[in-house]
Amino acid sequence: MKRKILGSAVAAAVAFAPAFTQAATTVSDGAVKLGVLTDMSGTYSDLAGPGTVEATKMAVEDFIAKEKPDFKIEVISADHQNKADISANKAREWFDTQKVDTIVDLVTTSTALAVMKVANEKNRISLVSGAGSTPITNEQCNDTTVHWTYDTYSLPVGTAKAVVKQGGKNWYFITADYAFGHSLEKNTSEVVTKSGGKVLGSVRHPFPGSDFSSFLLSAQASGAQVIGLANAGADTINSIKQAKEFGITPKQSLAGLLMFISDVHSLGLEATAGMYLTTGFYWDYNDETRTWSKRYFEKMKRMPTMVQAGNYSSVYHYLKAVKAAGTDEAKAVMAKMREMPVNDFFAKNGKVRADGRMVHDMYLAQVKKPSESKYPWDYYHIREVIKGEDAFIPLAESKCPLVKK
Amino acid sequence: MNGKHIGWIVLLLIGLVAPFVVYPVLVMKILCFALFACAFNLLLGYTGLLSFGHAAFLGSAGYICGYAMQGLGLSPELGLLAGSAGAAVLGFIFGSLAIRRAGIYFAMITLALAQLVFFLALQFPFTGGEDGMQGIPRGRLFGLIDLADTMNMYFFVLAVFLFGFWVIDRAIDSPFGQVLKAIRENEPRAISLGYDVDRYKLLAFVLSAALAGLAGATKTLVFQLASLTDVHWHMSGEVVLMTLLGGVGTVFGPIVGATIVVSLQNYGAELGQWVTVLTGVIFVVCVLAFRRGVVGEVALLIKRSGIRP
Repeated sequence: MKRKILGSAVAAAVAFAPAFTQAATTVSDGAVKLGVLTDMSGTYSDLAGPGTVEATKMAVEDFIAKEKPDFKIEVISADHQNKADISANKAREWFDTQKVDTIVDLVTTSTALAVMKVANEKNRISLVSGAGSTPITNEQCNDTTVHWTYDTYSLPVGTAKAVVKQGGKNWYFITADYAFGHSLEKNTSEVVTKSGGKVLGSVRHPFPGSDFSSFLLSAQASGAQVIGLANAGADTINSIKQAKEFGITPKQSLAGLLMFISDVHSLGLEATAGMYLTTGFYWDYNDETRTWSKRYFEKMKRMPTMVQAGNYSSVYHYLKAVKAAGTDEAKAVMAKMREMPVNDFFAKNGKVRADGRMVHDMYLAQVKKPSESKYPWDYYHIREVIKGEDAFIPLAESKCPLVKK
Repeated sequence: MNGKHIGWIVLLLIGLVAPFVVYPVLVMKILCFALFACAFNLLLGYTGLLSFGHAAFLGSAGYICGYAMQGLGLSPELGLLAGSAGAAVLGFIFGSLAIRRAGIYFAMITLALAQLVFFLALQFPFTGGEDGMQGIPRGRLFGLIDLADTMNMYFFVLAVFLFGFWVIDRAIDSPFGQVLKAIRENEPRAISLGYDVDRYKLLAFVLSAALAGLAGATKTLVFQLASLTDVHWHMSGEVVLMTLLGGVGTVFGPIVGATIVVSLQNYGAELGQWVTVLTGVIFVVCVLAFRRGVVGEVALLIKRSGIRP
């Protein structure tokens, strides 16, 4: 309650006395506290995990060095073990006893959805970078969540549009047989057809799968130019490996609908060469991304994934918004986050929409052949920049009740 | 006044004081898992049946309770009832099939059936698949008490737990419990004494499933979500771990075991990647050095030192 009064008092002060907006920032409990809730030990620890914790710390250090804030910033982290109940519990505990103001990363959708709900109830912010499901900014959206890096619409849609344009007209899908896989296939098929391509068929594999031979053979027999992999994680990795063994690639090309640079790194270029994928960030894209990524590499000995880079960007933007709002009260900070464009190495003119989606450009990448790769982590050709408005679900089609139509 | 009475009093005192010392939501979680482990112990510790599919009861009851509350708008007590009843029905089906075999085959049948349930939870649209069922309202107990308040919720969970624990305790002490123990010790002899062993086993199985369901439904209310974690076979393994750590075949053991495992997961979360390693090490040490579990070893010490409580 105290926090609320303080917050609204500050908000009022900001509203009525614009001349004093640069006055001291009032933060609750003496510090802005960020909680990194991520997978430190499981499947997603490579693409998020310790790397996002490091990225968050880097964002805080850079912010302090550059913006010289008059408030303290603290970072704590925990392993949610990809379990929704552990996340919900940890989030509640952090808000109630540790005075955490904002929770970041949240890889795995079930954990993100659980934490978003708790945060909203307690009037705190969630910055989602790791999870990808579209319900985060649609059916389940709320006004204290920002979905930063990517979603399961932007990745397949970007890839499908671009691949069809590059001549990959005939598609065949290998789909993980559960809701996530189905929606991935559906989203992608629509785009393929709309862009003038054709879907020859699809086959569903049990989730999780280990033997993809029969599915790969039917994909091969279909004669499609492009095989879309509507699955994720270990399923994608296994299907790519086996496609190589069956000699399907490079005759037919694979399109990974949900792939990260960490997957390419562990599979190696031998198996992945020529694949198309969409990414929100590539370390070797321009000088700015290279400078940041090399700093990151110094610390983690790996190049950042889009989740880790996006997490840095979201934390930095959040801290800027706290400074601009002069408070860490969630609603006031959210208003600033929406108002200010996101401009850093990760996003150019990124914008946080009413449904919580941060819209920024995505990149269509093609994995290099081993002979083209000149130095470590030299993995992608960036074939095309997908404009933010094409990459994400248009606001008009959003199912989020917060969007006024 | 015997040892068990003292145990009950200590348990009650801890239950009343805990939420003012430890974070209440964590204590609620411990209580849910403690009930789950106690229900499991009824089967493993007292009947000698190792079920490897108990997550199915925990998880499906969670989904049923969630659906009853969110989809049908029922009150929390009816939600819990629906969850436990659902788990009991499922337990009857599992039990009828599984008790026909013993030992490893029994464990494998329960595991296979639980995997079927996992598959259904993944495929049914109402469970939300990977995303889980989210934002389930806690509702008002009997239409009066608002459970959104943490302390109200806590004492409700404590009451549910004590009820479940009392049922198990009664069952163990009753003639029915004596028969179960007889089956555990020597099944052929129990048969020769004229007991219809299968019926007793089935009844124990259904009771255990219903109580595991009660724990799952309560957990759904506490966290306002139901997810695949609870139907996954990892959960079936975790409950074995809890029971063994605390002391299999002891009344209070599973509670201690659940407290250790859940606290480890919670406090260990901030240690990052070391949680799983730590849990593993503790398990190995326990199996090698304290085979009776924490409570079992303590009970043995008391017995050896000759103190008569």
